[in-house]
Amino acid sequence: MPKIEVDANKCKACYLCVNACPKKCLGPSKTISKKGYFPAEQQRPEDCIGCKMCYLVCPDVAITVIK
Amino acid sequence: MTILAQRPKSLLDVPMHYCPGCGHGIVHRLMAETFDELNIADRVIGVAPVGCAVFADSYFACDMVQGAHGRGPAIATGIKRSKPGAIVFSYQGDGDLASIGMAEIVHAAVRSEKITVIFINNAIYGMTGGQMAPTTLVGQVATTAPKGRDPELQGWPINMCEMLAQITGSKYLARVAVDSPQNVIKAKQAIKKAFENQVNGVGFSMVEVLSQCPTNWHADPMKALEFVRTKMMPQYPLGVFKDEGAK
Repeated sequence: MPKIEVDANKCKACYLCVNACPKKCLGPSKTISKKGYFPAEQQRPEDCIGCKMCYLVCPDVAITVIK
Repeated sequence: MTILAQRPKSLLDVPMHYCPGCGHGIVHRLMAETFDELNIADRVIGVAPVGCAVFADSYFACDMVQGAHGRGPAIATGIKRSKPGAIVFSYQGDGDLASIGMAEIVHAAVRSEKITVIFINNAIYGMTGGQMAPTTLVGQVATTAPKGRDPELQGWPINMCEMLAQITGSKYLARVAVDSPQNVIKAKQAIKKAFENQVNGVGFSMVEVLSQCPTNWHADPMKALEFVRTKMMPQYPLGVFKDEGAK
């Protein structure tokens, strides 16, 4: 199953990845990051198809897609 | 376990200073991926602009110079002519390239300097706080056009790709956007082509990227993407305006 790792130190919570995900498996985290944002996180990993669209649109290059 | 996608090696592992949702980071990544794929990372020399990307040298794992306002193409010319083996790019915004640096970019194209120019068009001055740029759309509100840009008073926006396409020396001109995954993939192809042209010594190549500026458009990142699609794209149509790479 593909897995998405979001670097919470780089994520600035623009949620472009949440918007781009065709399976809507990303969402805002409930914990606050060091920078003061609620970073994006993979909330429903079972739906992830590893299409890398979140990675493509991430302006802070905070996303790693692992299979 | 295989990694499908991760930060490219040519992009240093540091957080970027850009605002949330800004398009600069995406373009930085596309360029860094291109350096890795073409295996040119060790001979790239970049020119950072004055503008939001002034600290671009902190993010690329290559040699960088920070140029005077608008003079990126002139500095890149000097570097390329003294070190013909280097891959030289100038990274500029719309205030930098289309306003104060207009003469430099036009004459770099006229001389067909073998450099690559990445032009970020977000229709506003970002770093200085949202003043009207030469590329600001008709009716778009900026701090120096509080009632919206009025052509009677402030003129019309400049389409740089169409303008430079008239010049014989320009060899590759493309306008792309980074508003959706599909357009990001197209932007990657255009940026890669522009750097391949330089590796093959073709001539002046420029890629104009329509980028979102949520902060100075006073929009959230999703509305900024919508602005790019509905307002900017009719004025600045996407596409390849000139491709004479093979000739």
